[in-house]
Amino acid sequence: MSRIEGRFRATLGEFSLDADFSVPSHGVTALFGQSGSGKTTLLRLIAGLARAPGRLVVDGDVWQDDSVFVPTHRRALGYVFQEASLFPHLSVRANLEYGWKRVPSGERTIQWDEVVDWLELAPLIALQPHQLSGGQRQRVAIGRALLSCPRLLLMDEPMAALDTGARADILPYLERLHHALELPLLYVSHALDEVTRLADHLLLIEAGRLVYQGPLTEGLTRLDLPLAHRDIAATIVDATVIAHDRTLQLTHVARGPVVLELPGLHGSPGASLRVRVAARDVSLTLAMPQQTSILNLLPARVIELADDAPGQVLVRLALDDTVLLARITRKSALLLGLRPGTPVVAQVKSVAVA
Amino acid sequence: MSLTEADTSAILLTLKLAAITTALLMLIATPLAWWLTHTHARLRAGVTALVSLPLVLPPTVLGFYLLVLLGPKGAVGHGMQQLGLSTLPFTFAGLVVGSVVFSLPFAVQPLANAFAAIGTRPLEVAATLRASPWDRFASVAIPLARPGFITAAVLAFAHTVGEFGVVLMLGGNIPDQTRVLSVAIYDHVEALEYADAHLLSAGLVAFSFLVLLMLGRYSGHWQRTPT
Repeated sequence: MSRIEGRFRATLGEFSLDADFSVPSHGVTALFGQSGSGKTTLLRLIAGLARAPGRLVVDGDVWQDDSVFVPTHRRALGYVFQEASLFPHLSVRANLEYGWKRVPSGERTIQWDEVVDWLELAPLIALQPHQLSGGQRQRVAIGRALLSCPRLLLMDEPMAALDTGARADILPYLERLHHALELPLLYVSHALDEVTRLADHLLLIEAGRLVYQGPLTEGLTRLDLPLAHRDIAATIVDATVIAHDRTLQLTHVARGPVVLELPGLHGSPGASLRVRVAARDVSLTLAMPQQTSILNLLPARVIELADDAPGQVLVRLALDDTVLLARITRKSALLLGLRPGTPVVAQVKSVAVA
Repeated sequence: MSLTEADTSAILLTLKLAAITTALLMLIATPLAWWLTHTHARLRAGVTALVSLPLVLPPTVLGFYLLVLLGPKGAVGHGMQQLGLSTLPFTFAGLVVGSVVFSLPFAVQPLANAFAAIGTRPLEVAATLRASPWDRFASVAIPLARPGFITAAVLAFAHTVGEFGVVLMLGGNIPDQTRVLSVAIYDHVEALEYADAHLLSAGLVAFSFLVLLMLGRYSGHWQRTPT
């Protein structure tokens, strides 16, 4: 499987970046970290917009090493900036055409009509940038980047400058792209909800150092990483819709032997659905409870425990190859005698679509 | 009351000088302003000051040094003579050189401001959309800096029309060669031909007022256009 591999060492004043990464060249890789952790710097180095000693190989093509530096305009990449940055002197159509026209027609890997369709750009195309809302501008910027036929799409917090409503509008478009495109997307974000919705892989960056790179599910649940200890810590389960209960308005989804029920009717049978289980919504018992309001009771095994906030512990559980997190009190953990290997029943109070 | 033949000639010569000067200045000031906006070189401060000198120096000082430099004993003039060329003082070409130097800051500053206002972001966006550096300059920087180009051209033209000191020092007062409008007015006043001086002066006042009015309207229009 082809990959995007890079290594950069940079010192910019007080800040130093030392990143050595390898991500699959398909799917969405989230580059996640606090403000000032170096996410944008790393993205700019990959784009060639900034320069630092290092090496970058995309699908076997060397974009940078000790003797090579391919300038940005010769790298087949698309870049979506935090602010849409549409050219104010060009119409929406001319903005979209800017990159498109500069790709020889024989090298176009994407269809104009497809992009316009996916992003529903047709009604905007005759307008000027200043006539668009923030969300619409960002949609045009994404379309413009796609139409330059990139082999790698880079997005630098494309929704950070948008209000909540506009963010909610644009997320489905990104999800649609994720499913429609083979293209690898490197997505910078400091919003965990965006990451859990979109990403397959995770690069976790802290103060210029990569502290984790690998599958998202593992990055979210590893107890030695900071994400599991956040208040909103959660796991995701990439499941398949198996049935709907129309009378009780429930959707049944499955991943291997793990079956979860969630309120509301989502997807159609056979469709994949990513669901989210918050650590604080999972409690543990040693025996299967008989009468309870909780629908999802899953036999699991404790993998490890770690201290969390004062008085609380995080428990990492495995159900076949599905991993869940449970946040319980230290007292409960002691009373139940939890330790690695203990068989338990996970009571999942709430499952939501990611 | 109408213009004398000599005055008409002076007006035409002035317009010709201003047009050529403006064209040359656009060619010189554009790369210079671009460099000043984007360089981190230590030279930058020095070059900025040098370019701005004509703003503060009396035109006579500027004209004097140009006369010395371009004259047969000056470094440039001597070199030109060695090459078999005639020297520039007291010729139209000499006036063009003087005007270019004299009006340089009026072209460079609006352009540098316009380039700085664009910032680096639109150029970075263009680079990620496969535009080469020249392509970025032509398709993004120039259109976005259009107000700066217009301001620079208008100011350079108008400032050249109004130039006097440099002309007098460097060009003298040769009809059809170096006798421009401001010199013609000076001559009329010296000869106590106040009516002729009035006609030309009032014309210049009206011209300058109109230019500034148009410029104000134009830049106002740009400020109101949201981006």
